[in-house]
Amino acid sequence: MAFTTMVGARIRRREDPRLITGRATYVDDVKQVGTVYAAFVRSPYGHAKIRAIDLAPALAHPDVLAAYTGEDLHHAHGLKSSLPVAHKMADLKTPPHYILAVDEVRMVGEAVAVVVANTAYAARDAAELVAVDYDELPAVVDPLKALEGAPYVHESLGTNVAFRMPFSAGDPDKAFAEADQIVKQRIVNQRVAPVPIEPRSMVANWDEGRQQLTLHSSTQIPHLLRTQLSVVLGISENHVRTIAPDVGGGFGAKLNVYAEEAVVSWVAMQLERPVKYVETRSESFQAMIHGRDQVDDLEIACTKDGTITGLRLRIVGNLGAYHQLLTPVVPTLTLLMAPGCYRIENISAEVIGVFTNTMSTDAYRGAGRPEATFFIERAVDLVAQRLGLDPAEVRRKNFIANTAFPHTTSTGLTYDSGDYETTMDKALAIVDYAGLRAQQAELRKQGRLMGIGLSTYVEVCGMGPSAAMPAAGWDSATIRVEPTGSITVLTGVSPHGQGQETTFAQIVADELGVPIDTINVIHGDTDKVQYGVGTFGSRGTAVGGAALKLAIETIQAKAVKIAAHQWEANPDDVEYRDGKIQVKGDPSKSMSTAEAGFLAFMGDKLPPGLEPGLDATRRFEPPNFVFPFGTHVCVVEVDAKSGEVKVVKYLAVDDCGRLLNPMIVEGQVHGGIAQGLSQALFEEVIYDEGGQLLTGTLMDYAIPHAEQVPHYDLDHTVTGTTVNPLGIKGVGEAGTIGSTPAVVNAVIDALAPYGVVHIDMPLRPEKIWTAIHAAKTNGAANGAANGAAR
Amino acid sequence: MQIDLTVNGKRTSLDAEPRLLLVHALRDRLGLTGTHVGCDTSSCGACTVLLDGVSVKSCTMFAVQASGHDVTTIEGIGDADELHPMQEAFWTAHGLQCGYCTTGMIVSAVDLLQRNPDPSDDEIRAGLEGNLCRCTGYENIVKAVRAAGKAMRENAPRSSVRDLMSIHPPAEEPPPSGEVIIPPQLQGAST
Repeated sequence: MAFTTMVGARIRRREDPRLITGRATYVDDVKQVGTVYAAFVRSPYGHAKIRAIDLAPALAHPDVLAAYTGEDLHHAHGLKSSLPVAHKMADLKTPPHYILAVDEVRMVGEAVAVVVANTAYAARDAAELVAVDYDELPAVVDPLKALEGAPYVHESLGTNVAFRMPFSAGDPDKAFAEADQIVKQRIVNQRVAPVPIEPRSMVANWDEGRQQLTLHSSTQIPHLLRTQLSVVLGISENHVRTIAPDVGGGFGAKLNVYAEEAVVSWVAMQLERPVKYVETRSESFQAMIHGRDQVDDLEIACTKDGTITGLRLRIVGNLGAYHQLLTPVVPTLTLLMAPGCYRIENISAEVIGVFTNTMSTDAYRGAGRPEATFFIERAVDLVAQRLGLDPAEVRRKNFIANTAFPHTTSTGLTYDSGDYETTMDKALAIVDYAGLRAQQAELRKQGRLMGIGLSTYVEVCGMGPSAAMPAAGWDSATIRVEPTGSITVLTGVSPHGQGQETTFAQIVADELGVPIDTINVIHGDTDKVQYGVGTFGSRGTAVGGAALKLAIETIQAKAVKIAAHQWEANPDDVEYRDGKIQVKGDPSKSMSTAEAGFLAFMGDKLPPGLEPGLDATRRFEPPNFVFPFGTHVCVVEVDAKSGEVKVVKYLAVDDCGRLLNPMIVEGQVHGGIAQGLSQALFEEVIYDEGGQLLTGTLMDYAIPHAEQVPHYDLDHTVTGTTVNPLGIKGVGEAGTIGSTPAVVNAVIDALAPYGVVHIDMPLRPEKIWTAIHAAKTNGAANGAANGAAR
Repeated sequence: MQIDLTVNGKRTSLDAEPRLLLVHALRDRLGLTGTHVGCDTSSCGACTVLLDGVSVKSCTMFAVQASGHDVTTIEGIGDADELHPMQEAFWTAHGLQCGYCTTGMIVSAVDLLQRNPDPSDDEIRAGLEGNLCRCTGYENIVKAVRAAGKAMRENAPRSSVRDLMSIHPPAEEPPPSGEVIIPPQLQGAST
């Protein structure tokens, strides 16, 4: 029995004092003697041949130390490796992805040369002096056009299709033949940018004496980055150290191995000087991965009572010009999660990954699951609208029953546990759903457009079992009881805002009965921390925390032996109770973990054969993913005159299993909702047809400020899981996944009087205004053809 | 050229090229890395500092423009020994996650409360329009500013991280070399 005081409590984060006082260390704060600065020369074209690059004017700059092109790196110096792609996919086309472009550029912002100078200002000045002679080629940015044929992003492939993955389950043809209604809709999930406020930053240093490369990088995956850098640069992995100090947000975008990280490392080795590169925000928009960008064509077969009997689906994923680490994985995850929290046994689908002249898409908060949740949650509303049923009732009719877990879906995932109806009922009760519908009817009589949107989501997280992962799926933890009784925790996950320095200390404090402030949690340095996989996919606590729990168990077992030896007791008669080691039934004999640690350190107080020291390193390989779920309710009012949307209420009832620190969980949900809501209403990365990026700064790309998002009400239910020993499910992506469809469903619901059935995101005022006007002038517009509004 | 600044109460001068941005002067020349750079367009506010007590975006000013003026950075707002009520409120309300925007957000919020000591939630949201946060969804930031306003109006004493977190000091002076460290709480444990 754990002695619990910390877990479950709202403990203030121990990482915060340094962050609120400006004493944190982000990569750009790392100061090394002799640092020089890199600047990249980037393609202004979406697609072009490189005829010639003249570095001479840059090299003539008095502050410049060196400049290199792709030819220099890949041909003269023999760097042949492409950037890594972690995939397990048959027949995936993987064109070379050089760390500096060779011969051809395939997207705006692709780096063609690097310039190194004594100051950051001089490096940028000199980069502008590099003369590149381009021969512009036709570009393609729309994945549907790219599917049709030329122009090809990679001419040598003779196609823009990177992969096709067909899928079928059940008997979809029969389901469609027997359907009362078939609802068809194309749903576009627009391209968005992750926009962590800290841009990508890196400092590389080569220690010639120790033959050691050290790269400080704003990464989510220091160990995977080390492994891949070693491969790309041809350096023994144990001579590469990567450090992720404080990292200013990631959202999946820093779960990657970027060309710049390899280039800066290589340049540091050439010059034997520390080399720093911090991207500008416009470079970040060009060359940090983007998210989403799918065109999903759906057909839903249903019966009159709202039962969904079949799904036909084509997912076209815009991959961008090259694969980054997880690019091809994302649209396949969408297919896996296509049924959502519903019983849909009959599915036929095809996933198509398409190259275009744009930055790669990759794992952005939710990665594949927000897309799936968005189309299936829109689909349920479309069915309700067509049949004149209430969207809550259609959901209830199709939910996987709470008695059916573990439940294996038609797409092959096994949902660990769930109770979808309970979160929905709780949410509907809190918002007084019936009352809201009555209010809506009243307001409609007055000509006001109020909308109520639901989203009942399930997501896959706690990434994940290694067998199902493109890289490894386990994670690690070390606990070291130091001679003075303080405790060092080394975790293989690499948090960047998720607060695991606190939650992990909470777990250890309770289980080992030590004061929380005697625990120091260390992460993000490959020379200190044993190999770990990193922080992404809501896996930090679900996998890394589970490894920590295993390490605690090992420590406890050894401490019990040490104490038993002191008391000349049988270890079977000794246990951890209320945070102390005690003889069972005799509380007068007790010992703290610190005391056992000291005895273990002294060595001569140990039972024969027991190794000195009280530390443990354990790894946790999860047997399955975990599947958090919940219901989000959004209430909006749309101004018919301007098309503006005002969110008047937002409620999320989430179930992420056990809550270790409710304050941190709520913070994750808040931030997630803001990102998902923002995709629904504001955000969109736009390239023009020639591949120019039109949303290249924060002046053209809208991430919301405080006035643009509402107050959120949160509640939760707790459904445990046996997938990990902590009983937790992970919550980092839940808000983003749940919110987007809730917001869009609310806006479409508000527009029901005009017969509008669907508008693609982002739901900007002019789009809504246009839809209203089209309906007014055409008489119910497309809505009339698609069935009556409620 | 020569620039004379008072930064966090200390007079300092530096020789800088005229185009040197204030944020880079603070970060790279004076080592005050709590002021961050998040964008190139004055959009995000991560670089916010006070110039003569008024918030400005230090990526939008040349250092030379600040010559002769008082600059307050996050390091001058408060430190671990004496937290500003705004810092403590951000901590208590979980008004930050990755922390990168936080220092600029805190500086802006301090300025906001100087101008409007008792703002409504809507006024707080409007007042922080120039600072972007990608992690928190702003909910807890609003809560933090509201709490800080209350603490400041009530003149709550400043607190220190040590009081609030009680980081354990080393138990004893380090022993002479060669001697085994036995912390007092463990002495006798093995007997």
